[in-house]
Amino acid sequence: MAFDATLETTPDAAIITLSGELDASAAPKFRTAIEQAAESSPARLVLMMQNLDYMASAGLRALVFAKQKMGSSVELYVIGAQEAVAETIELTGFQHSVTMQSEYQPV
Amino acid sequence: MTATDPGVGRIDFYPTHQHAGYKMRAGKPFPFGATLVPNGVNFSIYSSSATACTLVIFDKGALTPRAEIPFPPEFKLGDVYSMIVFDLDPETLEYGYRMDGPWDPEAGLRFDASKILMDPYARVIGGRDVWGVVPNWDNPFQHRSRLAFDDFDWEGDVPLQIPTEDLIVYETHVRGFTKDPSSGVHFPGTFAGLREKIPYLKELGVNCIELMPIYEFDEFEHAHVDPDTGTVTHHNYWGYSTVGFFAPKAGYAATGALGMQVDELKTLVKELHLAGIEVVLDVVFNHTAEGDHRGPAISLRGLDNKTYYMLTPEGYYFNFSGTGNTLNCNHPVVRNMVLDCLRYWAAEYHIDGFRFDLASILGRASDGTPLSNPPLLEALAHDPILAKCKLIAEAWDAGGLYQVGSFPAYNRWAEWNGKFRDVTRRFLKGDEGTVPELATRLAGSPDMYSGRGPTASINFITAHDGFTLADMVSYNDKHNEANGENNGDGANDNNSWNGGVEGPTDDPEILALRGRQIRNAAVMLLTSQGVPMLMAGDELGRTQQGNNNTYCHDTPLNWIDWTLADKNADLLRFFSHLLHFRHAHPVLRNRWHHSGYDYVGSGLPDLSWHGQQAWRPDWSPSSRTLAFMLDGKHARGGSQPDQTLYVAFNTSWETRGFELPTLPDDERWHVFANTSMPSPEDICTPGEEWLLEEQAYVLLGPRSSLILVGKPPSPA
Repeated sequence: MAFDATLETTPDAAIITLSGELDASAAPKFRTAIEQAAESSPARLVLMMQNLDYMASAGLRALVFAKQKMGSSVELYVIGAQEAVAETIELTGFQHSVTMQSEYQPV
Repeated sequence: MTATDPGVGRIDFYPTHQHAGYKMRAGKPFPFGATLVPNGVNFSIYSSSATACTLVIFDKGALTPRAEIPFPPEFKLGDVYSMIVFDLDPETLEYGYRMDGPWDPEAGLRFDASKILMDPYARVIGGRDVWGVVPNWDNPFQHRSRLAFDDFDWEGDVPLQIPTEDLIVYETHVRGFTKDPSSGVHFPGTFAGLREKIPYLKELGVNCIELMPIYEFDEFEHAHVDPDTGTVTHHNYWGYSTVGFFAPKAGYAATGALGMQVDELKTLVKELHLAGIEVVLDVVFNHTAEGDHRGPAISLRGLDNKTYYMLTPEGYYFNFSGTGNTLNCNHPVVRNMVLDCLRYWAAEYHIDGFRFDLASILGRASDGTPLSNPPLLEALAHDPILAKCKLIAEAWDAGGLYQVGSFPAYNRWAEWNGKFRDVTRRFLKGDEGTVPELATRLAGSPDMYSGRGPTASINFITAHDGFTLADMVSYNDKHNEANGENNGDGANDNNSWNGGVEGPTDDPEILALRGRQIRNAAVMLLTSQGVPMLMAGDELGRTQQGNNNTYCHDTPLNWIDWTLADKNADLLRFFSHLLHFRHAHPVLRNRWHHSGYDYVGSGLPDLSWHGQQAWRPDWSPSSRTLAFMLDGKHARGGSQPDQTLYVAFNTSWETRGFELPTLPDDERWHVFANTSMPSPEDICTPGEEWLLEEQAYVLLGPRSSLILVGKPPSPA
């Protein structure tokens, strides 16, 4: 399934909704969305992943990029990640760097 | 490119050359390997004798290359080809090299431009992404160099730097530790699976885990495939045969299929550190997976055969490793590769130390002669980046060099003490004439390590090579038929004893005897001066059914059966209490050897030897008793007061009485462990030792050991 990333900004968060398969060919699109999100200097970056079916290493790299791009003061939320995607994040230790939730509830 | 990009305006980030649509410029010779640079990838590869070099670029997994880019002559400096190629996707890139040059084996040259070669500095290697998945043998490029990223978030982790004298090492195999379904982990046989078992390691009490090889190797090397069923029966399971020194084994990662093994392994190291457990890697620099002249050309053979391997004057491979080829470790280029590799693992993976397989080879010259001052060993000992890493030598090789006690140590290297293993085993089974040497080994081998201290001695009774502890007390002979070599492989000098029946038995007396012998071995190991090393699973009574060389079995024979944790809960409890007892008593963990004198004025020497009579050890050939006392006021040179310990062994078949040394007035002997007692009386929780009724004399049953603690009796 084709990858898509749409950005929506609210007063206190930038929300990127992901769908499809986030592989190496899709990662640049995700990175572009992250760069656009960074321009509004949001307090939080929220990644809606309910419809993301697969994430390759390139996708995880993009998450790392997001964390670095936004700065350590910006909370990174991963919302509704499907099991395989959540597992990948956990196995590689990246769950320490993000807040993983089933539904978006700002802490 | 955004305005803040640091690459803007820098002329070195723009191409000067083009080839078939790819833009390039001359690269940076250092570092070797493939490195991400702004806008591109820097490739650097060494060969002293090639006449031309071509970079071969693949899309991940593709059978045919996407492009081949010859290095222009002006991109070569000295013997190094380097080139930056722009606009590559590091996520999907796989690369290799074709080297042109003479095919002249007698001169040591084996160039073959038809072969695609892996980068010896590849940080990630594709091609064996998931353990045991049979590869496509028609793929012309089996082991594929990839890029790694250095963006892991360590969250402040630093190597633990636990003092060597405080270590308890636990040798284990990443796959075997959790592959068995009884492990109950979500990702059996992987780094992630091992991570799930960290609470177990912590509870057991180990603070250093030594991982059998995790550098990329090929489990299908020498695999036996059943021609009818296609089933693989013999793997290269242990992995002592390196494909790439800089890359973690993808098949050991649950995320190997995604190419995320680097992150998964780093996560394991980070979480082990959080639990206070160091990570030592078992590294194999003595040979490679390319084997002898019949083996595959994976990398070094085709890049620069005569530099990387020790060759005979006729151009054949010297074989000091017993596996076909021998890495030419003291050639300056190879020496640098080894240094680069270890620095990389220390810096990038936060590894705490290294155990060098057949390390004596690292001290041989290019023609195989042992060097008196081997430059590689010296360089490692004094390397600024490795300065706090533990360096442990397996101080022998398969070419007959045996250097236990004489390894060129530069006051830095520790050794696997094979002599500790041999004499403890012989004493345990009741051999005559072992007591004097046993005492020397238990004291930290001052005969061998007088200038280096007991921390130079890694004490062990079992390791992956040889019997498990349970098998050591259950078999007189090895039973390696399953290896398919007519029981001809594996060591014959096991110093093992079956207790009366070879292999499994229902005889309760023999089973009780075996249980005691395992505990006696544990007591010897954990009360000795030096650094104790256990083999994973020995604390559970793990068996390999008498096989003492299980290198090729990816089966339950090699996988830890976690149901043993319930079945042998008494043994696990014994080990765990003993490990925590060692941590609780600094008197067991001295940096320097004992003197035998009382230099703090406590009235007792730091270490004293005893026999059935106090102060009168029996050193005679027929002796099967030995006891020693460690005065707590001398712990760590008197710097860290501890209780006084008394440890006694009786390996005769009869009960023996031991007269006990007298303690200062306010102290009494308390029993911590007595292996002649059935569980749970065989050991108690450290700190809860019970008062011995008769303070002057103790009876010790046949083939048993005893640990006493001297302390004021607790108020009733």
